[in-house]
Amino acid sequence: MATLHFLANPARFRRFSARVLPALSVVTALAVAVGLYWALVVAPPDYQQGETVRIMFIHVPAATIAMGGYVLLAVLGASLLVWRHPLAALMARATAPVGATFTAVGLITGSLWGRPMWGTYWVWDARLTSFLLLFFLYLGHIALSHAYDDAERGDKAAAILALVGAINVPIIKFSVDWWNTLHQPASIMKLGGPSIHPTILYPLLWMMATFALLFVALVLMRTDTEIDRRRLEAAEMGA
Amino acid sequence: MTAFGALLLRDLRLVLRRPGDVVVVLAFFVVATTLFPLGIGPESNLLARIAGGVLWASALFAALLSLERLFASDYEDGALDLLLLAPGALELAALAKCAAHWIVTGLPLAVLAPLLGVAFGLDGQSLAAVALTLLVGTPTLSLIGGLAAALTLGARKSGALLALLALPLCVPTLIFGTGAIEAIATGEGFGVHIAILAALALMALATIPWGIAAALRLAGE
Repeated sequence: MATLHFLANPARFRRFSARVLPALSVVTALAVAVGLYWALVVAPPDYQQGETVRIMFIHVPAATIAMGGYVLLAVLGASLLVWRHPLAALMARATAPVGATFTAVGLITGSLWGRPMWGTYWVWDARLTSFLLLFFLYLGHIALSHAYDDAERGDKAAAILALVGAINVPIIKFSVDWWNTLHQPASIMKLGGPSIHPTILYPLLWMMATFALLFVALVLMRTDTEIDRRRLEAAEMGA
Repeated sequence: MTAFGALLLRDLRLVLRRPGDVVVVLAFFVVATTLFPLGIGPESNLLARIAGGVLWASALFAALLSLERLFASDYEDGALDLLLLAPGALELAALAKCAAHWIVTGLPLAVLAPLLGVAFGLDGQSLAAVALTLLVGTPTLSLIGGLAAALTLGARKSGALLALLALPLCVPTLIFGTGAIEAIATGEGFGVHIAILAALALMALATIPWGIAAALRLAGE
């Protein structure tokens, strides 16, 4: 929390990101290169799923980060509404499209994985459906934050939405699970949690960390851009 | 409480003086449901099976359609500024507006839906389930929609945006509303569904008015 308050000042954030971002970008690029080689070439194919198991190395990290991204949006929303941190609004604006993209990547890779595994690109499986709804929540947040001529108004409206959305995500998840058991038996193969073999588990964990780094780097970069944009707009109005 | 009652009465009176607004929403509901048999075909078994979902989804759209004006006219003519300045909790005022909306849309929809259900070939128990689930579920729709309406006050393309914001949040209500009718078909009772719908409504009642009030304050800034 202390760091959150410390970075709330845009100028201080600029100095921080100028120092951190170049190194972070290099580390992320290296991590992506190593991770992709490990996951797509080194890791063994699954004895049942064959080579398609490699989709998991993109799919699972993207989905995990996408969910974390929405939590971050809610935290940023609270810090904008409660402490009125000016940077929280800019960072939320930077976060939402990144989160939506990660959600889309999760959905698309899931669909591509579903084709060989389930024989179809889409099933109304509980997890897929609630993920689709998460994507809609992201879209609503993005649309609302851009819906006003007064950017600040859009920021705060989107912050309220993010908080209400975050409360509702578990309820939506629960209701979709219920709905699914009502309509059709789950037809998913299980990724049997602890039985996952280390040769697959380690590259998966690596990719998780890599996606987290990528997410942070993208958000920092986009927050920088948002600060620049606000300054330009302010300068134009002053001129 | 008097302020709450006064605001509720005022909104109801406004609707009474222009009943056309409500009639249009109900007409939309009827027309939208009628499109499904035309699109899907007149086979009665299939229609009876999808009736719950069709009625619920159409009711959801009808409710959302009418929500765009919930705060907009007050916003445009300055009544909202007076509400913001008035003593007393803005949360209660928001609740009064949503209650008025429910009385003039949710309630008539719950009455109308079983009549349409007959045309879909639903049996007596299912008709009761349709009416009851709508009765218990539509307050949640009014509240969630009210929040979306307050958030989109003065926004560009507010109508489409309202639907985009409200629909994902309405999913749980929709699922348990239609689930009740499904449960009858499989021989279970629908008591659990009604209980969960009531729980969702109570939760919305306890949280959403604060969100609406915050959004209205934002609109008044």
